Amino acid sequence: MSTDAIIEVENLTVGYVHDGEQSVILKDVSFEVLRGEVFAILGGSGSGKSTLLKHMIGLQRPLAGRITIDGDDIVAAGSAARREIMRKFGVMYQMGALFGSMDTLENVRLPLEEFTDFDDEAIDLIARTKLYLVGLLDALHRAPAELSGGMQKRAAIARAMALDPAIVFLDEPSAGLDPITSAELDRLIVRLARTLGITFVVVTHELPSIFAIADRVIMLDQKTHGIIATGTPAELRDHNGNPWVHRFFNREPEEATP
Amino acid sequence: MPGAHRIPIKLPENRSMNGTTAVEFRRGSPECVVALSGALDAQSLPPIWPKARAAVRENGTAPLRVDAAGVTYCDGSGIAFLLDLLREGSRQGSRITITNLAPRFAELLGQFDHAALDDMAPPPAPRLRLIEELGRAVLRLGADLRDQVVYLLQVDLCMMYSLRHPSRVRWNEVLGVAEQTGVNGLPVVTLIAFLMGVVLAYQSAVPMRQFGAEIFVANLIGLSLLRELGPLMTAVVLAGRTGAAFAAEIGTMKVNEEIDALTTMALDPLRFLVVPRVIATLLVTPLLTIYAGIVGLIGGGLVMLTFDIPLVTYFKQIIGVVAIHDFVGGLFKSAVFAFLVSTVGCLRGLQTQGGPRAVGQAATSAVVSAIVLIVVFDGLFAVLFNLLRI
Repeated sequence: MSTDAIIEVENLTVGYVHDGEQSVILKDVSFEVLRGEVFAILGGSGSGKSTLLKHMIGLQRPLAGRITIDGDDIVAAGSAARREIMRKFGVMYQMGALFGSMDTLENVRLPLEEFTDFDDEAIDLIARTKLYLVGLLDALHRAPAELSGGMQKRAAIARAMALDPAIVFLDEPSAGLDPITSAELDRLIVRLARTLGITFVVVTHELPSIFAIADRVIMLDQKTHGIIATGTPAELRDHNGNPWVHRFFNREPEEATP
Repeated sequence: MPGAHRIPIKLPENRSMNGTTAVEFRRGSPECVVALSGALDAQSLPPIWPKARAAVRENGTAPLRVDAAGVTYCDGSGIAFLLDLLREGSRQGSRITITNLAPRFAELLGQFDHAALDDMAPPPAPRLRLIEELGRAVLRLGADLRDQVVYLLQVDLCMMYSLRHPSRVRWNEVLGVAEQTGVNGLPVVTLIAFLMGVVLAYQSAVPMRQFGAEIFVANLIGLSLLRELGPLMTAVVLAGRTGAAFAAEIGTMKVNEEIDALTTMALDPLRFLVVPRVIATLLVTPLLTIYAGIVGLIGGGLVMLTFDIPLVTYFKQIIGVVAIHDFVGGLFKSAVFAFLVSTVGCLRGLQTQGGPRAVGQAATSAVVSAIVLIVVFDGLFAVLFNLLRI
C-alpha cells in the first residue's frame, strides 16, 4: 500500500445475510484513496456505490475485509473508537440531511459546539467561514426547508467541513441539480480540495461532474460484484477495453438482444 | 478543468504536533506585534484564541502587526482565528496587518473578506401587542374551524360515494388499518380498561361498605363503563395511537410529495387515503369499546369478590340496571368519536407543511384536536341524552 494513501480498502466483501442466505453486493474489492485527491466511485444503478460508501463511513459492517481511514481500521474498531475515527471525516448525504429544526448557521455550528472547546464567538466565526466558502452567507438564518436543493447541498458540505476533516465523502452531489448549479458545486469541490487539501470521495454517475472534479475513479460493476476499471476519467473514456465502461463513458444504451 | 493535473497539498501527519502553539504580545513603537507560532488548528486554538482577541482589544487604535512567521500549520479554524483578529482590529480602529504567513495559508486567508463575515443577525421579529396577538389567534382558530367543517363535509360526501360504490373502496387497505387500529390496540385497551374497572370498584366499594351498599358498586361500574367511560377511554387511546399514526403517516406522504402524486394522477387523496382509514376505524372502535367494557367489568368483578360479592350476583345486578339504550348509546358515542379521531388525524396529516418537524407537529395537533373534539362531543351527548331522557 502506498504511504500516501489516506483510505485503504482491502479485500472488502459486502452484502446481506438473510435467513442464513448470503447475498453479495461487492466481492473482494481493494483500492486506495490518496491524500488530497478527489476520488470518484462510479457505477450503474444497483452496482453498490452507495453501499460501499456506507461501509467506508462505518454505518454498515462488511462481511469480510478491512477499511482503514487515515491509519485506523474502521471495521475492527469498537463503537467508541469508531466514533473517534468518524471525526476524521465529514459526510454530505444525497438529500443534504440538514436538521430541519435548525437554521443553516446552527446546522454548521452543531459539530463545533459538540466537539471543540472554542468559545461561542469563535464557533460562530468558524461556522460563518465555512458558509462563506460555499457561498451561503446570505442564507445563515434560513431554515433548510426554505433553501433550494443546491443550497441545501452546499450547506451540507459546509457542515461536513465544520471540523476541518481530512476527508469529505459526498453522496451524489450533482443529483437533482440543474447544470449550472451542478457546475458551481463541482468548482467548489475542486477549490476546497486545492486550497484546503481535503480529500474528497465522491459517489456519482454524472459524467460532466466526473470530468470536472475527479483525479481518479473506480468503476463498480453489478455483474462481477467488483471493480471493472480504475484510472483517470480520461483514461477510462479513451483507453478502456471493457465494453460496459465504454458504453458508460460514451452514454450508449445497452445493445438490444434479439 | 481536468483535476488530474493538480498537485495535492501535503498536510503534516500529526497537525498539532508541529511545535507548541503560542501567542505572544509585544508592545513597541511604532507598532505592536502579536507573534503566533505552532499549529493553528481546532485542537490547539481554543485556549489561545480568547487571549489573542483580548490582546487586540487592549491594543486599541495603535497599529498592530500579526507576525505569523512561526505558524507551521493552519486549518479552517486557524483561518477563522486570523480573520477574527483582523475583524477585531478593524473594530478597534487599528491598522492591522498579517505578515510572514506561509503562502499556501495566505492564499486560503485571501479567499475571505472579513467584513462580509460580520454580523448579519436576523431582523428581530416584530413584537406584537397583546391585543394583536389575541386577534391573530382568534382568526387562526376561526380559519382552522372553517377548514375542519369544510373537510368533514368533504369526507362525508366521500363516505356517501363509497357507500353507493362499495367496489371503489380499497378494502385491503381497510383491513390493514383495521388490524393496526383494532387488533394491535387490544393490549393497551385491555390494560387500561382492566385497571379502570379495578380502580372504580375499589374506590367506590370502600365508602359504600360503610352503608352496607357494596352491591350497588355493580350499578356504578356497569353504567359508567358501558355508557360513559368505556367509549371515552377507548376514544382517548384511539386518539393517542391511531390519530397520531394517521397524521404522521399522511404527513410524511405529504412531505414526500406522495399526496401531490396522487392528486396529479387524478386520485382524490380523500377517497384514496382518508375513506379507508375512517371506515376501518368506524368498524373496529365500537368492537374495541365493547371489549373494553367487558374487560373493565371483569376487573370490577374480581375486586367485588374480595368484598364477598359473588360474580353471579355482581353480573345479575349489572344486567338489571344497564338498559339496552345505555349500551347502544355508548356504542353510538364510540362510533362518533371514531369518526372524529380518524378524520381529524387524517386532516392534520394533509395539512402538514415543511419537513420532519412539521410531521411531529401534525401528530401532536392530531392528538390534541381529537381529545378536544371528544370532550366537546361527549358534553353535547350528555345534554342530548338528557333531553331525550335516555
